[in-house]
Amino acid sequence: MSDLVMPRRLSVGVTEESAWARRLLIGVAVAFLTLFLLAPLAIVIIESSRKGWTGYFQALFDPDARAAILLTLTTAAIAVPMNALFGLGAAWCISKFQFRGKNFLITLIDLPFSVSPVVSGLVFVLLFGAQGLFGPWLVAHGVRIIFAVPGIVAATVFVTFPFVARELIPLMQQMGTTEEEAALTLGAGGLRVFFTVTLPNAKWALLTGLLLCNARAMGEFGAVSVVSGHIRGLTNTVPLQVEILYNEYSLAAAFSLASLLAILAVVTLGLKAVFEHHAGSSRDAR
Amino acid sequence: MRAEFDMSSDPEGSGPGPAASVAGVARSIAIRGLNLRLGSQTILDDIHLTVAPGELLALLGPSGSGKTTLLRVIAGLANATGGSLHFGDEDASRLSVQQRRVGFVFQSYALFRHMTVFDNIAYGLAVRARRERPGKAEITRRVVELLDLMQLSGFGSRYPSQLSGGQRQRIALARALAIEPRILLLDEPFGALDAKVRKDLRKWLREIHDKTGMTTIFVTHDQAEAMDIADRVAILNSGRIEQIGAPGEVRERPASGFVRKFLE
Repeated sequence: MSDLVMPRRLSVGVTEESAWARRLLIGVAVAFLTLFLLAPLAIVIIESSRKGWTGYFQALFDPDARAAILLTLTTAAIAVPMNALFGLGAAWCISKFQFRGKNFLITLIDLPFSVSPVVSGLVFVLLFGAQGLFGPWLVAHGVRIIFAVPGIVAATVFVTFPFVARELIPLMQQMGTTEEEAALTLGAGGLRVFFTVTLPNAKWALLTGLLLCNARAMGEFGAVSVVSGHIRGLTNTVPLQVEILYNEYSLAAAFSLASLLAILAVVTLGLKAVFEHHAGSSRDAR
Repeated sequence: MRAEFDMSSDPEGSGPGPAASVAGVARSIAIRGLNLRLGSQTILDDIHLTVAPGELLALLGPSGSGKTTLLRVIAGLANATGGSLHFGDEDASRLSVQQRRVGFVFQSYALFRHMTVFDNIAYGLAVRARRERPGKAEITRRVVELLDLMQLSGFGSRYPSQLSGGQRQRIALARALAIEPRILLLDEPFGALDAKVRKDLRKWLREIHDKTGMTTIFVTHDQAEAMDIADRVAILNSGRIEQIGAPGEVRERPASGFVRKFLE
């Protein structure tokens, strides 16, 4: 039998190109990466250090900048846990149960990714703004959502919703339900099964999802820009503050603040690599 | 305790280790007129089946015949749409899957991959309500005892991914036995293993069964396997039981054309 399935030639295939073609392709890829990914990062760092360390920290400790940083942290601190819960719930329903409308739900989860963030922001204005659907009621009860922190948080939650769910769904679907069933037959209740079997198995994917969700929550511009109203020191997040400073030609200050986002990006990528490494090694056979 | 301690050599010859007090009092299983319909589909059709206390019964049939579904209904992992199910004189259909206390072994092992072998086996005891839960020392004693029975002493700190298929399935069996199940259900337990390991484990399972005396239902599509270890064989075809009988009886006097063909 082994005579019939002798491998023909192992090293033949699509990866074999002439040396110059390989060099050219690699060169193009490296040039592209440098121009579009590394250069911007370098420019942010260089521009922000133009006025030295003192200038850098002055820009960061400016009251408006501090307010922006605080607002960004607050927004992420609310949006990320909320989406952790929503994402876990959605992923759990989709991967562990059979029900009608499942594919529709999966599509719906991706909606925030497919809609322009500006439109997402506008929807919130149309719903909760002074002229919006719930506007009169909110005004009568003295609740401010648009041009205030709740609107910023809501827009951020909406825009960052898919991250956790999207990381978890494929993983949890692949894991299947037999481990959970085994736990049930061993006498564990539903919640117990979730916390001792489902969650530990999804741990690294969950962390990756949270990380990406956090990065987007802190960096979101479009949707937040629409609902924020750009009130300095009150409703400006870091990305909005960067834009304002840039438009005022305070380039050094703008880049100093932007450097925070750049650092966030680098840290995010580093952690993501770590998490995915762990996820890969724990995805072994049972 | 090195990786070369492979299962293919050890269950043979030496047989199961010291007897463990794993079995409670063996119970009978009585199934009357069991049905399972999904829409217009009939998955299980008027199943009547009695398993005597301490008996080892094989559910044999081609894939899609409903044998796994029947096993899942008995375990409480699936619901029947009609009929009755008793463990001894207890109406099991009123019990939740947790209350039924069945030992279930899955074809895919279903070991908890993020837990050590020790924690896997201890799981069923550790999740019990406080007043029913054995003490830590008692749990440890039980796990060590079961590891001995499975001839896997010293494997407690390993993770499932560090074990061979045969070892994993023995751990899965130990985990199922740890809760002192009323009955033992095995769903194609050796289906994912190669022929040599299958044969060894088959013998091994029969020895464990004789030692613990537990009422056992064993699902397989491999008729040689069923004939080899079972006291009686029930042959399923598209949701119906075609014949129940001792291996020799079924082989010599097949009740239908299907059975004759299937056993050929």
